[in-house]
Amino acid sequence: MSELDQTLPPLQTDKPAAPAEPAAPPAKKGIRWTHVAIWALAIGFLGLLGWGLVNVNAPRPEAGQAAPDFEMAFFDGYDWEGRSVANLTDLEGKVVVLNFWASWCVECRLEADLLEQASRQYGDEVVFLGVAYVDAEPNSLEYLAEYGITYPNAPDLRSAISDKYEITGVPETFFIGKDGTIAQVVIGPVNEATLHGQIGNLLSQ
Amino acid sequence: MRIPLKTTLLLATLLLLLLALPAGAQEPVSDDEVNEVAKELYCPVCENTPLDVCPTQACQDWRAVIRTQLAEGRSAAEIKDYFALQYGDRVLAEPPARGFNLLVWVLPVGAVIVGGFFFVTFMRRLQQRTQVTPEQIATAPATSPNGQTLTQDDYVSRVEQELRDQSKS
Amino acid sequence: MLADIGFITILLALIAAVYAAVAASYGAHRGDQRWVTSARNATIAIFPLTVLACGLIIVLLLQNDFSVEYVWRVTSRETPIYLKISALWGGQAGSLLFWNMILAAFTAAAMLRKWDDQRDLMPYALIIASITQIFFLLLTVFVENPFARLDIIPPEGNGLNPLLRHPGMIIHPPMLYLGFTGFTIPYVFAMAALISGRLDDAWIRTTRRWTLAAWLFLSLGLILGGRWAYDVLGWGGYWAWDPVENASFLPWLAGTAFLHSVMIQEKRNMFKMWNMILIILTYLLVVWGTFIVRSGVISSVHSFAQSAIGPLFFGFLAIMLVFSIAWLLYRRDQLSSPNHLQSVFSREGAFLANNFVIMGILFATFLGTNYPILSELVTGEKITVGPPYYDRVNGPLFAVLLLLMGVAPLMMWYKTSLQRIGRAILWPAIAATLFVVLLFVLGIDSAGALLGVWIVTFSAILTLLEFWKGTRARMRGRGEMPWTAFGRLIGRNRRRYGGYWIHMGVLVMAFGVVGSTFFQQETQLRMETGDVVSLGDYTMTFEGVTRYPGPDDLIITEANVAVYDNGEYIRNLQPRTELYTRSGQPMTIPKARSTIAEDFYVLLVNWEETSESVATLRLYLNPLINWVWAGGVIFIIGTLIAAWPDPQDVRVSKAVRAQRHSNISPAGAVGD
Repeated sequence: MSELDQTLPPLQTDKPAAPAEPAAPPAKKGIRWTHVAIWALAIGFLGLLGWGLVNVNAPRPEAGQAAPDFEMAFFDGYDWEGRSVANLTDLEGKVVVLNFWASWCVECRLEADLLEQASRQYGDEVVFLGVAYVDAEPNSLEYLAEYGITYPNAPDLRSAISDKYEITGVPETFFIGKDGTIAQVVIGPVNEATLHGQIGNLLSQ
Repeated sequence: MRIPLKTTLLLATLLLLLLALPAGAQEPVSDDEVNEVAKELYCPVCENTPLDVCPTQACQDWRAVIRTQLAEGRSAAEIKDYFALQYGDRVLAEPPARGFNLLVWVLPVGAVIVGGFFFVTFMRRLQQRTQVTPEQIATAPATSPNGQTLTQDDYVSRVEQELRDQSKS
Repeated sequence: MLADIGFITILLALIAAVYAAVAASYGAHRGDQRWVTSARNATIAIFPLTVLACGLIIVLLLQNDFSVEYVWRVTSRETPIYLKISALWGGQAGSLLFWNMILAAFTAAAMLRKWDDQRDLMPYALIIASITQIFFLLLTVFVENPFARLDIIPPEGNGLNPLLRHPGMIIHPPMLYLGFTGFTIPYVFAMAALISGRLDDAWIRTTRRWTLAAWLFLSLGLILGGRWAYDVLGWGGYWAWDPVENASFLPWLAGTAFLHSVMIQEKRNMFKMWNMILIILTYLLVVWGTFIVRSGVISSVHSFAQSAIGPLFFGFLAIMLVFSIAWLLYRRDQLSSPNHLQSVFSREGAFLANNFVIMGILFATFLGTNYPILSELVTGEKITVGPPYYDRVNGPLFAVLLLLMGVAPLMMWYKTSLQRIGRAILWPAIAATLFVVLLFVLGIDSAGALLGVWIVTFSAILTLLEFWKGTRARMRGRGEMPWTAFGRLIGRNRRRYGGYWIHMGVLVMAFGVVGSTFFQQETQLRMETGDVVSLGDYTMTFEGVTRYPGPDDLIITEANVAVYDNGEYIRNLQPRTELYTRSGQPMTIPKARSTIAEDFYVLLVNWEETSESVATLRLYLNPLINWVWAGGVIFIIGTLIAAWPDPQDVRVSKAVRAQRHSNISPAGAVGD
């Protein structure tokens, strides 16, 4: 310990208050590109996370908004007007009942008969569309045969359609008016009153 | 010895049947074969669960699809393509190496190589031309860059330096 | 009533945190120590407040008070008592409150320590610590209030998530939280040093100790998580590179890099800037990780329910990121190091290489975890980055790291001659080669596995040699008996030999990882009573399935199998499935026969409702898996050894304090 005393000058206490000044400022005040790069990376990363957050919390298409367009590649035997592929925009001018279902979905079976009957009841003015969400094709076809479904049905290839409609599960039904605007979103099985009431409403517009 | 006609016909029929069999009947696909393919896929509805361990009914249905397709003679790659087409690329354990997703394949390797290059350069820059011996460092006077008188911070640093060098291990 | 008290308690905690931040700022600005002391007391007071709040939640849980939404959400009447207590961290709101308590505990402990050699850091440390506490308390008070009430009191609770009803799962979150919040303290000290400009070695010594403690808990949490996944989740593995797993792994990596590179700063006074960056990175990774886990931005099996929490976490991450970078760049010049590297072949060089490789693993893992977001942004498609990516990229990097682990202790500071290293590694390399050749001859031909075994053996021999050399030196130099020499060697050099002990733990784990990854075998098949299946040297007979109800709404389906090793009967195993009828979530619980060599691991995959004699079973043979767990134990012991205070640190602080006391005038007395 005493060796240290001899080799070092006496101690001076520091005022703990203000933060110390940085060393002599750099002579040349050019743009420090490393700093720019660091900030760019940081902001970019935050931007990425922010976009991710917005995307995850994205609101579903709601009533009053335009229904997102999508393409359907129908199951064999379940096409629309003889066409094996169709877009939602092809159905403009008609009332569309867009129903998401799956063969492994228990609650979907509660509305299957109702939807089929309704589809036969209304004429060409109302088009029922079924979209099989994350389902295996043999099982989907089996389900359709079981309930004797005749209206157009398509697999949700690459989950593209359910992504666009931000569905939270199955069954979900979107009622779309003649002008392509969503009139109502029903989560869970549709009941008779809602179904007929909404279709009637949209037909009269 | 002459073989009677009936027997010949019977034998011929049997022979034909035997030849026809391999084309028609197939060995049932084992669970292991299904799992081998399912292991490389993810459940489309669950979060981040591989398809071979997922216990839900939906996953069992998908494994049944794999089984059917294997029985039809499809290869693992074809089945994986089918699943990607049906449910999107997210069911694959790795994004297909095309388009933007090439990045996930290239970037790590590239980063290690580029990083390695920078690392080597950095190490070289750190190395001094002249040899600096430990004794020189220990006895160097403790002056600050601005020539300021020693304050508490420098004192502490020097104490630490002394102790460091006393017990070099 | 109790819930109201509970809410007031956390509200008071929040107020205390805000007060502490304001008072510390004012005290720093005015140079008035009294305000700083007051802020420190307020910070310490947050701890008992949060403990009280946690205690109240537990009381409410035990009382089945379903008027409180959280109690309803995570328990039910039949939940056993020990699970009701652990339900404190069973849901989002409770786990946040629990996090707050642990954070308050660490912060209070940090504030209660002796500050004499770092007085000027205290105000800024208080401000940063308070900001962190304010954020998490804000979340608890305003967004995820565990004391929130329900308008209608339900008669029965929801019940705890089935996955959390297992003993292994109970300890896993607390350990992780201890690790995560523990990393806040080093960050606090680092930022305080940056802001105050006191950039000597004092902050490094303090940070190192806290980092080691937090790192210990995080390591324990990671190992326990892997063990629980293996024992309970039933997929035959222990690590899946799931985003949430990565979120806890990344801070651990940054912490490991720091614990190594800090030694260069302490010995050679180099790389101050880099060490500062590593500490900041560790903390920011913790914040990022919490954001990822609780916001749902990246899909994962661990996802919590989404709420307003995501945007708030994002805001906090953004603020702390910008704040840290700003101060780091502002003080950049003061952090430049005076020393230079004499030779690449030195211990400094080895530590730098270690950091480089760890950063590589960190970058690759970070990229893989965040990549799905980027991909969706650019292509519009959701993708998954799974184990194949991580195995391919991280595998080689880990191999290099293990190699470094063995070779680095041979390096001297400043410079080592290649000759010296060459001599030292010669016969360990030969021994490792012979071992690998033996394995090859015995039929193991996987190149990756053989390389892995070579590296592990090589480094293990070198590490054990370090212990041997040190013990022998003591025996010869001081005439000590072997075990005394060994014990004193470790006791007198805790950091160094604790470190080597940890390395041995890692190498043992690595050996287990190589075995269980490269040589895992599995099979699955439908069996009827009396059927026999074989896997490796094992044969198994299926003896039937039984179903019976369990506590709560549980239905257990259990299979009975008889296990034979090389024809010799070992015992029966009963793998089972547990189904909680209310939540409809099945859990597959495996059963295994464990030996040093391997695990014979059986799962009940499927059965038929109407039959007791048919089941589908899945079998795994996991070679060397128990080396992973044994290595984990060795690892933790090593960390405990290393964490004990080093005599050298104590000498430095004593010397400084002694000098200061003899030179300071009474006016500026340093008291506590």
